[in-house]
Amino acid sequence: MSSSTATTTYTPKTRVGKVTDYVDSRVGGSGIVKEFGRKIFPDHWTFMFGEVALYTFVILLISGTWLTFFYDPSMAETHYEGSYLPLRGVEMSVAYASSLDISFDIRGGLFMRQIHHWAALLFAASVAVHMLRVFFTGAFRRPREFNWVVGCVLLILSLAAGFTGYSLPDDLLSGNGLRIIDGVMKAIPVVGTYLSFFLFGGEFPGTMIIGRLYVLHILLIPAVILLLIGIHLFMVVLHKHSQFAGPGRTNTNVVGYPVGPVYAAKAGGFFFIVFGVLAAIAAAFTINPIWNYGPYDPSPVSAGTQPDWYIGWVDGALRLMPGTLGNNFDFEFMIPFPWGVNALSLNVLIPALVPAAIVFTLMFAWPWIEAWVTKDKREHHLLDRPRNAPSRTAIGVAGITFYCVLWAAASSDLIATHFLVSLNDVTYWLRALVFLGPVLAFMVTRRIALALQRKDREIALHGRETGRIVRLPHGEFIEVHEQVDDYKRYKLTSFDSPEVMVPKPDENGRISRLDKVHGRVSRFFFEDRVAPVTPKELAASHGDHHDEIAGAKDRESIASH
Amino acid sequence: MADSSHGAPGTSVTVATPGRELDEFENPGLPPHRPRLADRDRRAEKRAERQVALLFAISAIGTLLFFVGYFFIPLDQTIERLRLQNLMLGLGTAFAMLGIGVGIVHWAKTLMPDHEVTESRHEIRPENDRQDAEKIVNDILEESGIKRRPLIRNTLLGAALLAPLPAIAIFRDLGPLPGDSLKHTMWDAGVRLTRDPSGTPIRASDVTVGSAFHVIPEGLNEIENKLEEKAKAVVLLMRLDPEELNPSPGRENWGYDGIVAYSKICTHVGCPVALYEQQTHHLLCPCHQSTFDLEQECEVIFGPAARPLPQLPIEVDDEGYLVASSDFQEPVGPSFWERG
Repeated sequence: MSSSTATTTYTPKTRVGKVTDYVDSRVGGSGIVKEFGRKIFPDHWTFMFGEVALYTFVILLISGTWLTFFYDPSMAETHYEGSYLPLRGVEMSVAYASSLDISFDIRGGLFMRQIHHWAALLFAASVAVHMLRVFFTGAFRRPREFNWVVGCVLLILSLAAGFTGYSLPDDLLSGNGLRIIDGVMKAIPVVGTYLSFFLFGGEFPGTMIIGRLYVLHILLIPAVILLLIGIHLFMVVLHKHSQFAGPGRTNTNVVGYPVGPVYAAKAGGFFFIVFGVLAAIAAAFTINPIWNYGPYDPSPVSAGTQPDWYIGWVDGALRLMPGTLGNNFDFEFMIPFPWGVNALSLNVLIPALVPAAIVFTLMFAWPWIEAWVTKDKREHHLLDRPRNAPSRTAIGVAGITFYCVLWAAASSDLIATHFLVSLNDVTYWLRALVFLGPVLAFMVTRRIALALQRKDREIALHGRETGRIVRLPHGEFIEVHEQVDDYKRYKLTSFDSPEVMVPKPDENGRISRLDKVHGRVSRFFFEDRVAPVTPKELAASHGDHHDEIAGAKDRESIASH
Repeated sequence: MADSSHGAPGTSVTVATPGRELDEFENPGLPPHRPRLADRDRRAEKRAERQVALLFAISAIGTLLFFVGYFFIPLDQTIERLRLQNLMLGLGTAFAMLGIGVGIVHWAKTLMPDHEVTESRHEIRPENDRQDAEKIVNDILEESGIKRRPLIRNTLLGAALLAPLPAIAIFRDLGPLPGDSLKHTMWDAGVRLTRDPSGTPIRASDVTVGSAFHVIPEGLNEIENKLEEKAKAVVLLMRLDPEELNPSPGRENWGYDGIVAYSKICTHVGCPVALYEQQTHHLLCPCHQSTFDLEQECEVIFGPAARPLPQLPIEVDDEGYLVASSDFQEPVGPSFWERG
């Protein structure tokens, strides 16, 4: 960066100074410090979800690397000779045996396995919650659309990382999970059987799959995740972090703490907190006790098992889909072709692909869908409070509900046994809820958001209720309201409230079909709206009190106490 | 509300504050800074300092706890000892990490300056940058001559499209082609039904009414690709009152005196259908709850499976052992495109 002429005049005096100068004059560290040392980051507790995701990933890398030193991804047959007596002499794969050795014979191995598994669950969870935060606050809007897409890919990769890792111990539970993947894959038309044979290296289960998943799990997927995290953070620096609207915050500034020292201390300290919490969980709560399951064998299966939470919704969908309707219709079609009959298993394909396709398509496309609805092409660096975008918030909650019903369906058997209800009834109810739940959630959420907006209006106009009931000299009882200060009022009133856009005819006086659709969608989104309080309204509401109501003077004197 | 900037089309794209005019509240600016206790009170400051140091000390104790667990709790092949060691290692790490983390955050929140600072955003793409970049790209394209020399461009395009194909083709040997391997199992005429996993043969007289056996073909335990064959060949054997079975025409002699054998691999996605409800004669798959009715030749009566479990025709050999009369008459397990 710098030319040699500029550095000749400076001579460091201390030893640390000399070392620093030596490095700095070769790598241009001063420029980096100048750029980032005092960079401003806005602070809000919801911004920490992304940090949790990043930190759990680091913990996954650390614990995972340790595990690779002891784990052997071989499906060769062996007889277990380790410390866990109930499985002594049992025939199993080397992969399972080495997982048992990590748990029982290598000190700290169980702890590492458990912290790795818990961190994986938390990683996927924090990525998902971080995305929900971004969604509900509208942080995906211009200019951050592409970073949203990078985040979507990261979510999918975190699921892939989780699933490939889940399978590695080669125990009965994970083996049955793979069996389900194999069954789903075979249902794919035309290429499904080939895909299955290529993945498993022949017939299920074969002897290849664990080694292949291992390479995906420890090399390919983490490398891509790392790369995308780099791009993700680069774009965060490029855009500067978004911030909630509030006093002093505008679309053109960033208000917060400088990286050095406060933000770096808080964020750096938070890494240790996340690590510590995960360690405490791994210390106290058993996860995936593989020694209870035994080695994989295609014949036995344990009842009441569930996949990890992030795969659960697909498993739930598989459970909810009926294979047959009535006595005569089934979802598996035999299609006669000139060369013979082919099988199309919609009872497997629909639940395995359709919910995921809906969720992920909407997720990836959402920034552009919303931009089309609002026709809003401005840059947004100020975040919405979820209540101030009622329809978006309602759609998000509908999505969460859809997800949660499917997730609950993955526990249908446990719901039935724990609450002593019929398994079939649980399934029927959940089938109905998959469709009704999101609709109800949408309506309820939008109402709640609008109600909260009205409450904000009330407070901005009339102040907060103090709880002081006062009797006026002429006998009337009133509750004294206390006006909020300018800062609070600004926070309550500074938001965009888009209005319905009525389609406008073009120069020929016609309205295109797309415009009509847009008009309807716009009405659906923004027909019910609560406008932010304006200064005029505030002035008028004060006027009410002064001019019209008897005893106004009394009120004045009381309120001012 | 004026519709000045509320998502109206044609609003100019600027980083500048959208027009918040008279009908919106003036931004009052940052609220005044409220000093913390440690800012005003020297003793509070000292107290916070001691708290931070104490947290760091707790961290050091946590690290010690880890070492105690690691070196002084020998594993003795009991789960209790393992649990204890795991607890010590975990809590030690937890204290070590939380001590540092909470300490630093406490330090930052109580003692480091908490004044909020404002920085302005910059345009992501200033117009003059765009113009410069456009010129550079045009110069590069011009100098490369790619526009002027379509022959070069088109041959490169063709070559670049072809070049990745070997990278796809080279994955061909990931696995063999399916062939008809999914349509056959180890079962054949005369193959004895044996217990899973011991491999001991089963006499018809061993199978009492109401009982169920998990069955593998004789010789399965000795073969090389045991798991692959087992994944197709496992069978459930049950005996009912012959009156309760309703065999369809052509399948009357697939069972033996009320003993019937069905594939244990679910026709949905292949889990083992391991649960047998003795009273109702239903088979239930624990993975996705497909339910099959033995009295109706394992028709699906509930759940996501669409096809009945295939039946294995069985008979009794000269020594009284149960044997298969043939292989399954249809492919077992989950559906696949070529199943037909």
